[in-house]
Amino acid sequence: MRHEHVISAKQFSRADIEAVLDRAADFAADPQAASGHEGALLALAFFEPSTRTKMSFETAIKRLGGDTIDMGPVEFSSVSKGETLADTLRVLEGYADGIVLRHPMEGAATMASEFIDVPLFNAGDGAGQHPTQTLLDLFTIREEVGLDDLTIGIMGDLKYGRTVHSLAQALTNFDTRQHFISPDSLRLPRSVRYDLHEQGAQVREHEGYEEILSELDVLYVTRIQRERFPDEDEYHAVAGKYRLDAETIREYNEDLTVLHPLPRVDEIAADVDDLPGATYFEQAHNGVPVRMALLDMLL
Amino acid sequence: MTQPDTELRVSKIENGTVIDHVTAGEALRVLAILGIDGTEGETVSVGINVPSDRLGRKDVVKVEGMELSQDEVDVLSLIAPDATINIIREYEVIEKSRVDRPESVVGVLTCPNTNCITNAGEPVNTHFDVLDTGVQCRYCETIIRENITDHIET
Ligand SMILES: [Zn+2]
Repeated sequence: MRHEHVISAKQFSRADIEAVLDRAADFAADPQAASGHEGALLALAFFEPSTRTKMSFETAIKRLGGDTIDMGPVEFSSVSKGETLADTLRVLEGYADGIVLRHPMEGAATMASEFIDVPLFNAGDGAGQHPTQTLLDLFTIREEVGLDDLTIGIMGDLKYGRTVHSLAQALTNFDTRQHFISPDSLRLPRSVRYDLHEQGAQVREHEGYEEILSELDVLYVTRIQRERFPDEDEYHAVAGKYRLDAETIREYNEDLTVLHPLPRVDEIAADVDDLPGATYFEQAHNGVPVRMALLDMLL
Repeated sequence: MTQPDTELRVSKIENGTVIDHVTAGEALRVLAILGIDGTEGETVSVGINVPSDRLGRKDVVKVEGMELSQDEVDVLSLIAPDATINIIREYEVIEKSRVDRPESVVGVLTCPNTNCITNAGEPVNTHFDVLDTGVQCRYCETIIRENITDHIET
């Protein structure tokens, strides 16, 4: 991969993606095989909590023979004294060989990359991008059904769902038909639709999943967040419409592969877990070999 | 090419800037962009919907005693892509230029996304890439299409 930083899925070419996924497949087959990064230090700068993403980066660097340093919770750091993000990261870059950044504001990773020289891994910036999640999503899809001639539905909170924005953009590198399923108030942001249009992507938007379910190879479900709705009733009315259960899948599309970046609340019923297409736990596990591949290639 | 017709409507100035071939109806927005509201005592003449060979109708803005900076010209180009800028000294046009649509404008617009890192007190300038229809924040990717002038940094 040519890029020194991993900021946005928009920066990935098809060749970049394939190189990472191929390397990840090697690590998935044999996690012990990795070496050559003994002593490497990865700084974890998490300005909002994300146990899963953080632990998978930690696991990945330790599997590679390296270690982490951790800024710890924001309330105990110099950030709480009013230090800028730019300053915090310029200090960290002197300690570590790479920085993983999770930040609640959009564009934080792009800005950060302008201040530091060690590789930066964007682990989510506000409602913006989550490119390493996208690579593990792509890895999972490739393992399950392949990335070309793919019909994928992406459902849930498409407005604030950063994993969705990154995934949709990355999929334009492949021969895919993308169907976006969401309540009207949570449609894809204009900027993402613009990018998809610019890439000539085949895109359709839907309000309900039943009308499209039978055509899909993969359904990528995201959580509709309660806090996005001012009114509890409004949330329940919308959320109920996007709940997937085993009976529906059997009725419409037995071969459906179901992904979810997790954590789920109740948008996927527990009875889906037993279906052969339920892939979200494997997807979560794939975070380690994919992040190993990225670290291996960039550190 | 100031037409005789235009001359009648908008008086000549001694020193300053004439912004000609502004998209019809955009003159007041051009003034807003440039932050010109007359409070500095400057003399401003505005022609709205003036006949034009090239555009059919156009607006013209003449400001006495002011020459535009490159930043101002850049933003101007976003709403008045056909504009010509004439710098006047002692009633003579000493410089005449077309505005060029820039690839990006830096430090000129404020991002409307309150959750954008450029609104967080970080040591960073706003940076908008110019699209065919609007501008896009390089940081949070928010696109502004309508009323770009509302977002000029104050
Ligand atoms: Zn922005």
